[in-house]
Amino acid sequence: MTTSKIAKGPSLQQQRVRAAFWFLAPMLVMLAIVAAWPLFRSISFSFTDATADTIFNGKAAWVGFDNYIEQRVRSNGEIRWRGVLLDAEWWNAVWNTVRFSLVSVALETVLGLLVALVLNAEFKGRGLVRAAILIPWAIPTIVSARMWGWMLNDQFGVINQMLLTVGLISEPIAWTARADTAMLAVLIVDVWKTTPFMALLILAGLQMIPRDMYEAAKLDGIHPVKVFFRVTLPLLKPALLVAVIFRVLDALRIFDLIYVLTPQSDATVTMSVLSYRQIQQFGDYGEGSAMSTLLFLIITAFVLLYIKLGRVDLSGEKS
Amino acid sequence: MSRRTPFWTVMFYLGVALIVLIAVFPFYYAVMTSFETGTAIFSPNILPEMFSLDNYASVMNGRNFIRSVGNSVLIAGVTVVCALFLAVTASYALARVRFRGRGLLLMTILAVSMFPQIAVLSGLYELIKLFGIYNTPFALMLSYTIFTLPFTVWVLTTFMRDLPVEIEEAAIVDGATPWIIITQVFMPLLWPALVTTGLLAFIGAWNEFLFALTFTISETERTVPVAIALLSGASVQEIPWGPIMAASVIVTVPLIILVLIFQRKIVAGLTAGGVKG
Amino acid sequence: MAKIELKNVKKSYGAVDVIKGIDLTIEKGEFMVFVGPSGCGKSTLLRLVSGLEDITTGDMLFDGERVNDILPSERGIAMVFQSYALYPHMKVYDNMAFGMKLAKSSKEEIDKRVREAAKLLQIEHLLDRLPKQLSGGQRQRVAIGRAITRDPRVFLFDEPLSNLDAALRVQTRLEIAKLHHQMGNVTMIYVTHDQVEAMTLADRIAVLRDGRLEQVGTPTELYERPNSLFVAGFIGSPKMNFLTGPFAAAHGCETLGIRSEHVVLGEDQPWAGEVLHVEDLGSDHFLFIELGASEPLICRRPGKTDIALGTKVKVGPHPDHLHRFDKDGKPLR
Repeated sequence: MTTSKIAKGPSLQQQRVRAAFWFLAPMLVMLAIVAAWPLFRSISFSFTDATADTIFNGKAAWVGFDNYIEQRVRSNGEIRWRGVLLDAEWWNAVWNTVRFSLVSVALETVLGLLVALVLNAEFKGRGLVRAAILIPWAIPTIVSARMWGWMLNDQFGVINQMLLTVGLISEPIAWTARADTAMLAVLIVDVWKTTPFMALLILAGLQMIPRDMYEAAKLDGIHPVKVFFRVTLPLLKPALLVAVIFRVLDALRIFDLIYVLTPQSDATVTMSVLSYRQIQQFGDYGEGSAMSTLLFLIITAFVLLYIKLGRVDLSGEKS
Repeated sequence: MSRRTPFWTVMFYLGVALIVLIAVFPFYYAVMTSFETGTAIFSPNILPEMFSLDNYASVMNGRNFIRSVGNSVLIAGVTVVCALFLAVTASYALARVRFRGRGLLLMTILAVSMFPQIAVLSGLYELIKLFGIYNTPFALMLSYTIFTLPFTVWVLTTFMRDLPVEIEEAAIVDGATPWIIITQVFMPLLWPALVTTGLLAFIGAWNEFLFALTFTISETERTVPVAIALLSGASVQEIPWGPIMAASVIVTVPLIILVLIFQRKIVAGLTAGGVKG
Repeated sequence: MAKIELKNVKKSYGAVDVIKGIDLTIEKGEFMVFVGPSGCGKSTLLRLVSGLEDITTGDMLFDGERVNDILPSERGIAMVFQSYALYPHMKVYDNMAFGMKLAKSSKEEIDKRVREAAKLLQIEHLLDRLPKQLSGGQRQRVAIGRAITRDPRVFLFDEPLSNLDAALRVQTRLEIAKLHHQMGNVTMIYVTHDQVEAMTLADRIAVLRDGRLEQVGTPTELYERPNSLFVAGFIGSPKMNFLTGPFAAAHGCETLGIRSEHVVLGEDQPWAGEVLHVEDLGSDHFLFIELGASEPLICRRPGKTDIALGTKVKVGPHPDHLHRFDKDGKPLR
């Protein structure tokens, strides 16, 4: 290597940081266009009276927080309050979303843990079972909604048929239409579709636990149930926490399953569905955006809370 | 499961059988229904009663179903390729270069992928109208980037972080610039990860519903999920279950095959990203 | 071919100082070994020389020219890594040629240099293989071959033998020593935590501790005239015997150090003890003698022994080879 004349340039670290900037720039510009700007605009709309007609011609007027909460004085002096925050329908949707998220994630975690424990055991045909549980995950949500919609059909559904045969019910149930069973139907489909995902994440966590650990416990004659609660579960906690947070975030924004499976039911309408209805069906961009902004705030608050409480290292920087 | 009593062994295998049954049955039932027509379809049965391809014929002959499949393939394909292209360099920077604010940037990217899509809907709608791409595939390619891009960046960053530092340093000593390191040293090592990430992002884009429902209006521009969701008869009572199941099977079988082929890699990808299902 | 000078070189990561001011000159063609316990900063120091890490303050000169801001690839260095760091997807030939290709050398030139290096290391038959088809020892040879192909002014080795098994380690150590003789005028810097590697390979050894240079000198100097208690304890196997309290006070020091081969057995010796354990290595043997000090005294003697366990013996230091240290661990001469 001839080195008589060496050009003086930036140091290695400077060169790398500069390259990193140019490598990140296109992605950041793209994200600014498709995420940051639309988010900003959506939030802005929530402070206007924009409708499908006024949204593009700039005639939407600034109304401050009126979409959220507004005081109206009628001509006869009576004071009326209105706005999303006073809307019973909105609070119903909030309650539905929270209810759905808590129950579905709890069920998915417990069932996922069970399936993962089964898959972590050594037995003949394990590969086949793992392949089988991937199927629900691979099926598009819309397709599974329709498949289950068919199976849960009141007149011709196979589920009613089976339950009738066994004698658990005396007459067919309109699962997706009845107010008291619609949420159950949604939960069944979501748990069916998403438990495999949970199981695989937990299984990966389980497989990180060194086998010696179990062998040591076995040699010490510790009961397997005790081993599970004292050894397995604590070691699994980080993987479990990450899986749960991702699932909760996903559940909080659920839209497609409910939109297709129980389109009209008030018992299942979630924040996303209600906001969509407000925007698309009623053309009320102002209130619809106010709802979506509230959902955004709730999710953000949840993430911050979770990171604070769980000290989850989501970025994986420390590992 | 070593040294168990026969009773527990039987219970264990019963449990396994139950898991498999629950996982597979709905799809089996959909396949079976898709082969039935006429009155057979309306009598719930567990074993096949008849075999007819009429439902498939009616779906394929329907005006726009094949077109919808084409739309879905095109949109998901282009979106994923673009996302991967931007993500490879970005994830190198995030995984390999120390700079201030890196942790914050990573968290922001993760946050974007966790966005409730409804929160950007009206803003995105305005943007799409502004660009004049409403009701075209471009509208969906643009809007899908909001989740495919952060997702691919995130997963590739995890993979990229696992590549040995010393190989990169050897390349630096050999005179490789960051660009050369990515293209000539890391890319050949990363292609399995790229395939996995691409496949997962593709599935995500393929399954997307909200944007597809909002940003297309004519039947010819629809993607598969929208087409299936909106497939309906003349009245509520006449939902064409046979064709719906046939369509469902058509769009699901390729996915299931892909997933089964790549199952090991997919599990690795899912754990790397800790991602959504 | 290069003389390397470090002038008050410091490196810190945020508030943590890893290298705390090092002045060192490495002569042309010298084989310099950085040695020290883990976390002493030896690898960081090597990376500062290579340019993979930026120097926080101070100057680094190659042949009198400041190289602080010069990229690793332009410094004329080559580096051999602990994990070999071969490009897994490239054949051996391409691994070795990669640097020259990036430097836009001609095909003939590259081919000539790769084949010369391969011949020197006797890996010509491996050129068409992928790294995963090679054994650990072969991989390390290829890594060295890649370094040779670059025709560097300075060779850097970062614990190159740590991943090899014991037998291969001795063999490769010999290879590296041979290489240094053959390429007589190339400067080599070698990092290891193994003082045996340091003693056998080095022209000079730099002992590092906690980000500072503890002592620099030839293996003999370090062995015979350690500059501190730390160096005395670190260099040499078995470890130097350290005695404190009345044993040391009798010689007017805080700590008395005696190499095991300088422990003398004899009726006229001052210290009485009992043989705890005997290690017989064939060529010589070690006696572990309990004196009532904090650790048993190790005595090394040639040949075989018939001294049985529990034998009462009298021992003492060879008067010409006393290492006396004050309470700061500094030698008294």
